Amino acid sequence: MPDQMFVLLKHWILGYSPAVIQPAVSILLTIIPILLVFPVLFALTTVLERKGLGRIQNRYGPNRVGFYGILQPMADALKSLTKEDIVPASADHTVHFLAPLVLLAVAFLPYAVLPIGRNMIAANLDAGVLFFFAIGAISELSVFMAGWSSRNKYSLLGAMRAVAQMISYEVPLLLSSIAVIMAAGSLSTVEIVEKQAGFSGIFPHWYVLTPWGFAGFVLFMIAATAETNRSPFDLPEGESEIIAGYYIEYSGFKFALFFLGEYLGMFAISGLGITLFLGGWSAPLPFLTWIPSWIWFFAKLVGLIIGFIWVRGTLPRLRMDQLMNFAWKFMLPMALVVVVSAGAWRFLPQGLTRWLVSTAFIAVAYTLLARGVETRNKIAKRTYRFAE
Amino acid sequence: MTALAGCLLVSSMLFAVGLAGALTRRNTILVLVGIELMLNAANLNFVAFWRFGPHAGAATGMIFVLFSIGVAAAEAAVGLALILAVYRHTKTTDLSQLTGRPQ
Amino acid sequence: MSATFFILAAVTLIGACAAMMLRGLVHCALALAVAFAGLGTLYLNLGAQFLGLAQLLVYVGAIAVLIVFVILLTRGGDSDSPALSPTALPIAGVLVATAIFAILAWAIFHTVAIHSPGLPAPQATIRQLGTSLMEGYVLPLEVIGLMLTAALIGAVIVAMKEKQDPR
Repeated sequence: MPDQMFVLLKHWILGYSPAVIQPAVSILLTIIPILLVFPVLFALTTVLERKGLGRIQNRYGPNRVGFYGILQPMADALKSLTKEDIVPASADHTVHFLAPLVLLAVAFLPYAVLPIGRNMIAANLDAGVLFFFAIGAISELSVFMAGWSSRNKYSLLGAMRAVAQMISYEVPLLLSSIAVIMAAGSLSTVEIVEKQAGFSGIFPHWYVLTPWGFAGFVLFMIAATAETNRSPFDLPEGESEIIAGYYIEYSGFKFALFFLGEYLGMFAISGLGITLFLGGWSAPLPFLTWIPSWIWFFAKLVGLIIGFIWVRGTLPRLRMDQLMNFAWKFMLPMALVVVVSAGAWRFLPQGLTRWLVSTAFIAVAYTLLARGVETRNKIAKRTYRFAE
Repeated sequence: MTALAGCLLVSSMLFAVGLAGALTRRNTILVLVGIELMLNAANLNFVAFWRFGPHAGAATGMIFVLFSIGVAAAEAAVGLALILAVYRHTKTTDLSQLTGRPQ
Repeated sequence: MSATFFILAAVTLIGACAAMMLRGLVHCALALAVAFAGLGTLYLNLGAQFLGLAQLLVYVGAIAVLIVFVILLTRGGDSDSPALSPTALPIAGVLVATAIFAILAWAIFHTVAIHSPGLPAPQATIRQLGTSLMEGYVLPLEVIGLMLTAALIGAVIVAMKEKQDPR
């Protein structure tokens, strides 16, 4: 039973522990794997990202430490641990110290509601999706704490940019998830995944395979990129503009904590995207269901991470006004249309009609909005001017 | 002391803290913060009565708090926008200076 | 009355007191966020899951951040505003608040109905909450939606920079 092996392992260990400490042991056995697996994934992702970006930019990337540079994260960890921890003299020491801790705590909490396999969830909350977003909202505050307490104008600028960006993109993020919540009729992540676990023919019931689900998934991933401050939405930490944004004044281990927090946020939000749109732990094809559910979850997660890296290596950074215009004038109306389209899908009878109606909503809205953005805000192909 | 009385006591303390702050602080933003605290105290009362009250079957208390949170969000947004607009005219958020000005 | 309740209540009240007493405006806003988060977990502790999470989402995620933003936009981040001005007014304010608290506490301790033994926790799933929102309370819901839209537009218009020369 490889599918349930971790669940069975937990029950087996629980059977050998005395009854008094069983709740505590159960909690530990749930938390420790999360605290181990995702930081390890973070370490692997840093290598993957640096190698991948290197390949995209026609260079090698790290290849000195270990076999093909695979031990690079160890070297990075040693370096950040042994570096001096510098706190600026004018900084607000308490807030400066608390910011990375709050960020890290907040980065780990969302994993409690992510079903990483069949029966593998830390806390099956009735309002799991809401929990995810409520915790995500706190991370904005920790970013602000970091930027403000450093007493550095660049870090303050970075924090303001980050908070403005995160608040703006949270709206389309929430709205595109609401479409899924409407379709599934539940806020519980477990139930949403179970709704998608069936097959009709060889096609799974994933929401991404419906017109509104596809549009919602694209919007969700764009908003997720912005939420996690990744390129092309990495204005809060644009190296060429404001050096490193809100964590300029952090060094050594605290800097590493910020890095870890950011990547954990990216994994968590990708995990939510998988849960909502890509069927969570369910297999993509009916004859592949023998592969354990948790492998599917992590395979999808790695796929999305590679997508993030690819986007980072490909797209240039946006400008602040472009960012805000895109959020409020394109993403928000599109997300609302997706919600309406999902409602139409829900109430129309099964068959070709609902495909056509649902697609028509999105296609019309996309055409109108994209044209409007292009002409009115002059987002067009870049024109180059050269000195003569 | 029952749990309901404990909740009500906490909520009245929260209300008193908010009221004291709204009355004593001179910064407009902090006055708004005090008002928010008082609103939250009222919300806690609703939740406590929903949880421990006699007609627990209905979710009325919860729904009232939900609406109250919505109203509070609108109130904070408009209030802070007003503070910004006033600041742009008078270059201050200090209440005692604001009253002295002719504009 | 569990220990959890006491801890959460203490966190909330300390956060609220700090929000009203600290000197730095940003510190006040952060303490306010702590108070809101404490209150949200208090709701969770009382069994109101949806409300607790909504409280976190709206108050910590939106209102506290909004307050921080306005503090920075009004350049209050560095300047200290004195906690109590030297006039007689603040003392009066604290006295009024204390008096109101005393009256409320007296009322709480002298009401018989409150001290009746506790009832079992009511079961309110999110589905029930949603159903009653969509059936019994659909008109207030619509009104709230309209009001939020009006507030959104109003806030933007009020806070918008006035143009120097009208076109």
